[in-house]
Amino acid sequence: MTMTDQVGLVIIATGVLFDLLGCIGMVRLPDVYNRLQAGTKCVTLGVCLILTGTAVMADATPIRLKAVLCALFVLITSPTAAHALARAARVSGIRLWEKSVADQFARSK
Amino acid sequence: MNRLILFVLLFLFWVVLTWTAVPPGPAYLQDVGAGLAAALLVTWAVGEKSGTRLAPWLQPQRYAWAIVYFFVLAVYVIKANLDVAYRVLHPAMPIRPGIVRVKTRLRQPAARAALGNSITLCPGTLAVDIHEDGTMMVHWIYVRSLDEAEAGRMIISRFEWFLEKILE
Repeated sequence: MTMTDQVGLVIIATGVLFDLLGCIGMVRLPDVYNRLQAGTKCVTLGVCLILTGTAVMADATPIRLKAVLCALFVLITSPTAAHALARAARVSGIRLWEKSVADQFARSK
Repeated sequence: MNRLILFVLLFLFWVVLTWTAVPPGPAYLQDVGAGLAAALLVTWAVGEKSGTRLAPWLQPQRYAWAIVYFFVLAVYVIKANLDVAYRVLHPAMPIRPGIVRVKTRLRQPAARAALGNSITLCPGTLAVDIHEDGTMMVHWIYVRSLDEAEAGRMIISRFEWFLEKILE
């Protein structure tokens, strides 16, 4: 195994670790909004790291470029999807966890 | 003009994604043709709605700031993940969640969208909604202030400064 492969594998393993943390957050946190927080942040970084590791390990330029493009795509779309889900949940009346300290949400006129 | 920019960007994206146009492969013409057709179709479908101005695209300092911003954001994303790791692995799960209101001074739709996405990738915050006047609803996993101005300083000020230079 070459040095580049080892670096790539370490990056991919870190990505998988963050994905796992995101999953633990999805299970442990109490409501849809908190779960989205954990899910979005960890999965975004996790997937981006896995793709970066792929780009490091790849032996052809096209694969590297595609991996980087996909990482950028995830970086832009994943928080957008989280916003759409959180907004839809709140607008359709899904309550926050009972120990939440505030809900200053309001619909626009 | 807007449509032309969009078309060129879409086509370039396709070329990179398929990677056949550069060293002409066996299916070279089909791939370029399909790319042109797809780019045309998307341009026709959304071109009218995208309010792109040409002038900002030609200012190099915006790109320079965008690169700086990328690294600043990367640091926050890593911090955010360590923050999540701490909260979900802690036996007592230290959270104090709530939805708070903050107000942004950014006016451009693209700048606002970038701000919302940045907030979501940052430690403990998730952009939920935004109103026309710039009021944003943000879900905060550990609420530290219910005051609009103070919460704004904690959540969005650090990004507004950059985004004003890049997208406004």
